Amino acid sequence: MSARSVTDATFEAEVLNSDKPVMVDFWAEWCGPCRAVSPILDQIAEEHADKLDIVKINVDDNPETAMKYQITSIPAMKVYRGGEVVKTVIGAKPKPALEADLAEFLA
Amino acid sequence: MRQVIIIGSGPAGYTAAIYAARANLAPLLIASSVEFGGELMKTTEVENFPGFPEGIQGPDLMMRMQSQAERFGTEVVYDDVASLDLTGPVKKVVLGSGAEHEALTVIFSTGSAYRRLGLESEDRYSGYGVSWCATCDGAFYRQKTVAVVGGGDSAMEEATFLTRFADKVYVVHRSSMLRASKTMQDRAMANEKIEFVFNSEVARITGGDLVTGVVLRDTVTGTETELDVSGVFVAIGADPRTHLVHGQLDLTDEGTIRVDGRSSRTNLPGVFAAGDVVDPIYRQAVTAASSGTVAALDVEHYLEALPRDDVAPAPEETEAAAADPIPAAAASA
Repeated sequence: MSARSVTDATFEAEVLNSDKPVMVDFWAEWCGPCRAVSPILDQIAEEHADKLDIVKINVDDNPETAMKYQITSIPAMKVYRGGEVVKTVIGAKPKPALEADLAEFLA
Repeated sequence: MRQVIIIGSGPAGYTAAIYAARANLAPLLIASSVEFGGELMKTTEVENFPGFPEGIQGPDLMMRMQSQAERFGTEVVYDDVASLDLTGPVKKVVLGSGAEHEALTVIFSTGSAYRRLGLESEDRYSGYGVSWCATCDGAFYRQKTVAVVGGGDSAMEEATFLTRFADKVYVVHRSSMLRASKTMQDRAMANEKIEFVFNSEVARITGGDLVTGVVLRDTVTGTETELDVSGVFVAIGADPRTHLVHGQLDLTDEGTIRVDGRSSRTNLPGVFAAGDVVDPIYRQAVTAASSGTVAALDVEHYLEALPRDDVAPAPEETEAAAADPIPAAAASA
């Protein structure tokens, strides 16, 4: 199972208004590290589906959201809770490092 | 038990894997979980790798090397090494997943890691205007002004690449002489969007939520000036990635793994090193690949010279060992 995609149009409904914390992976086709981290996020999404939603947003196709959240470096992974950014992780990291960064949302 | 485990998936690791696999050693290659393919995964056009007259994209080149290694029987694992025990006759490699592997030999080809400026403001703005990857982040700087810090090939490449997006690119370099190759320098110099700022180092990076400027210190006079930029790309070189072998393998004064002469032999029998992690000078894809070849051949010689308890050596093998043109391989066994 791979994490589902959200867009500028669905961001509010699927991310900001979600009851559960949602981690958004800001990525692009041309970003090598984004492609590297993507399968790791899919794994984390699958293993912790009950605690944390993980979705992806393509920054090329959805510039509005990328600009709103001042994305300047990708992959950028932001956790939203109650419509607010509560955690930001920048850059591709190995699975154990990402799990450590996200510990408070996975426990 | 494996014949050989290769750690690293850059040109050195994959070339070692191609040779080792073709020698029927069925290598296991630990590619890393997110940095597989090494430095070339973050580059665009590679124009100096022989055999590609029109150039090739860095990631494509690495995918080709991987396919070639796999075609001959290399097993690639996307994980990171958590710990290594290289001292005994059987080498132990523990991965991030907890999986343990054993082998008679290890080729260590972990390359190098980006050097940081070492500024507090650099950490703070990392991902908020400070970047180590122009190909990843360049597109966020359309019509903006950015600074590239560094004077080597990678700084020239990043600066030239960034002109696709940015209106203006400053290249900030500590001295008045660039280290970059003539071709790369000429290309950057000819680009009207690029302006060089020599004899300057970054004192601090300034901004609010995002970077808005850099304060430069003149390396001759000490005078500080500020440049308005939205992005800072750090390309000041890289350090050999040796933390996994500290205390086990001897290092040189430059911090690379010490090898015996032109061989890949480290201070421990059965442990070989190749690529940027042994090379403080050349650090090219081609030199890394050739260094990987040396390591695979050294592994073959080492394995051939190992005493075998289970089988008596066949006559051909004895002759082959006697005719070995590199006797030092046997000496390290």
